[in-house]
Amino acid sequence: MTYFITQFINGLQIGAIYALIALGYTMVYGIIKLINFAHGDLMMVGAYIAFFALSNWGLPIYLAAAVSMVGTAILGVVIDRIAYKPLRDASRLSALITAIAVSLLLQNACMLLFSSSPRRFPTVTANLPTISIGNSTVNVIVFISIALAIALMIILNLFVNKTRIGKAMLAVSEDMRAAQLMGINVDFIVSLTFAIGSALAAFAAVLYLFSYPQIEPYMGAMPGIKAFIAAVLGGIGIIPGAMVGGFLLGIIESMAKAYIPSAFSQVTDAVVFLVLILVLLIKPSGLMGKPEKVKV
Amino acid sequence: MNMKQAFKKVMAVSMAAAFAVISLAACSKSSSSSSDEIVIGGLAPLTGSVSLYGKATTNGAQLAFKEINAAGGINGKQIKYVVLDEKGDAQEAITAYNRLRDQEKMVALLGDVTSTPSLAVAQRAVQDNIPMLTPTSTDAQVTLTGDNVFRICFIDPDQGTTMAKYASEKLGAKTAAIISNASDTYSVGLTKAFTEEAEALGLTITASETYGKDDKDFKSQLTKIQQTNPDVLYCPDYYETDILILSQAKEVGLNIPILGGDGWDGILNVTEEGNPQEADGVYFTNHFSESDTSEKVQNFIAAYKEEYDEDPVSFSALGYDAAYMLAEAIKNANSTDSDAITSALQSISYEGVTGSISFDENGDPIKPILIIKVDGGEYTVADKMEIER
Repeated sequence: MTYFITQFINGLQIGAIYALIALGYTMVYGIIKLINFAHGDLMMVGAYIAFFALSNWGLPIYLAAAVSMVGTAILGVVIDRIAYKPLRDASRLSALITAIAVSLLLQNACMLLFSSSPRRFPTVTANLPTISIGNSTVNVIVFISIALAIALMIILNLFVNKTRIGKAMLAVSEDMRAAQLMGINVDFIVSLTFAIGSALAAFAAVLYLFSYPQIEPYMGAMPGIKAFIAAVLGGIGIIPGAMVGGFLLGIIESMAKAYIPSAFSQVTDAVVFLVLILVLLIKPSGLMGKPEKVKV
Repeated sequence: MNMKQAFKKVMAVSMAAAFAVISLAACSKSSSSSSDEIVIGGLAPLTGSVSLYGKATTNGAQLAFKEINAAGGINGKQIKYVVLDEKGDAQEAITAYNRLRDQEKMVALLGDVTSTPSLAVAQRAVQDNIPMLTPTSTDAQVTLTGDNVFRICFIDPDQGTTMAKYASEKLGAKTAAIISNASDTYSVGLTKAFTEEAEALGLTITASETYGKDDKDFKSQLTKIQQTNPDVLYCPDYYETDILILSQAKEVGLNIPILGGDGWDGILNVTEEGNPQEADGVYFTNHFSESDTSEKVQNFIAAYKEEYDEDPVSFSALGYDAAYMLAEAIKNANSTDSDAITSALQSISYEGVTGSISFDENGDPIKPILIIKVDGGEYTVADKMEIER
């Protein structure tokens, strides 16, 4: 039982990271119907910014995280303005291909700037206590990570549902043209969405580095893909869906690693992708999604 | 996301095609090597996640060739050592190999550095009958590709069996767990040999977990291993991944000796700044140690430090030995003919900085193996074991 609990906590931790990244995917998709494939790479840029803020400028970890969130948010907005905005009225496929190009651009730019050799993120867990669960131990940082992620999600939910700007965001995702006619500044809302999504990705990067302290230009690819699956699992475009999907995927992944016998342990990664296939086959709109009405 | 991967492949292929065109264009302009030079081709990952190995190996080889050239070269001819970067990738390695063969007209190949690209290149080298000496590829298959493929380092099974023997006989382990990279031939090879030898010696393997190429999260596997309460953990991978496993093992409360292969060499370069003791309690099999007091080794270390202003690692020593052995073979053959170099290598016996080396019928070295222990943030020699093959 304690084994199950430990593995469940492991799953929650990685799930919280997936959820934060998935939120960026889902919010952007909700507003402009674009799957921003560069989103995982924004997380990678966030990791580099946090790294430099921490090691080169000597900032404390919470300030480094803040600098990283602001920097990545600005980058997200700039990318939208330069790469996606001109294609707002073009076909969705063109925008998707542009997103892939942006992803490659970010990866290769970072490889050029920082070399492809991985860097070690300083350990922040060294002086933190560990908690024993049965005969396993869990570092307090795991609980801190999960708590921070959940806190951020609650704030986001309050922001979207309670504030005027948040409601404007929902309105734009409902019907962009109608929202515009109602006097909502759609361009501002889109930029804001990119900024929030990117900042969340940067925050996810910092949480990621707490436990997996290595930074390299391709580090965003795998978490990006898995977070995308989490967004689809929860129902892409739906904010609570991304949160549920992220946690669920993290737990599924952790349980697969924990309970699939050693002899078959190579297949654990496939389980995550199997989830994507099953969702697309059984309920393409995702767990929390409503089937889309076809307008004639 | 599959689209993304497919797209990356398409990009990679088209980039490769573009480079091929560029190098063909460059081909016509490049001067063929003059007859008073002997061209030795080199392949190494100079960028990418295993670049530390590539740089160390080529530094060692470069130092050796510099010394040989300064001493008059081979039978009066100077050596021209041309190294191309293959980024640790098999596809890139083939492209670079083709360029060394067609453009540089190499007489012998020193490389590749890691096993996967070496396997790819070895097949080409056998087809083209170019003598190939890899300093550091430990996968057993590499030299089995053909008679003209040799290596300086011991092979993957040697590392696995020796470490299993050491764990059982010297560390007194009764049980062992394994965590390995299922998508890497090096990691799989060591795991297989370790498992077989451990079971033959009566050790119980409590868990044998695997992970994939890009994984950074090993906590589920390590928690699972921790539940089985093993005496030691065998973890054969390269240092960039090893450091992550090391720190996560501590996080889940798995405080047992961690054993590995020569991929751990370099671990002290990636430990946290100011905390090299992080890797204490790690044992790994290796080729060379700085704490060896023999004159040959100390001379090499001094020369290397003077040239590069840093300490040599095993890879530098293997690169250095490989360069000397190739030069010696070409000198003994008194010719740059492929078959003559190959047969000279087959009968060579060379006293190098990584021990006295000769080749068995497969082209694998006969030499001792070192057990290195990380202690107090430094590599120390724990033992020297004879290879039983």
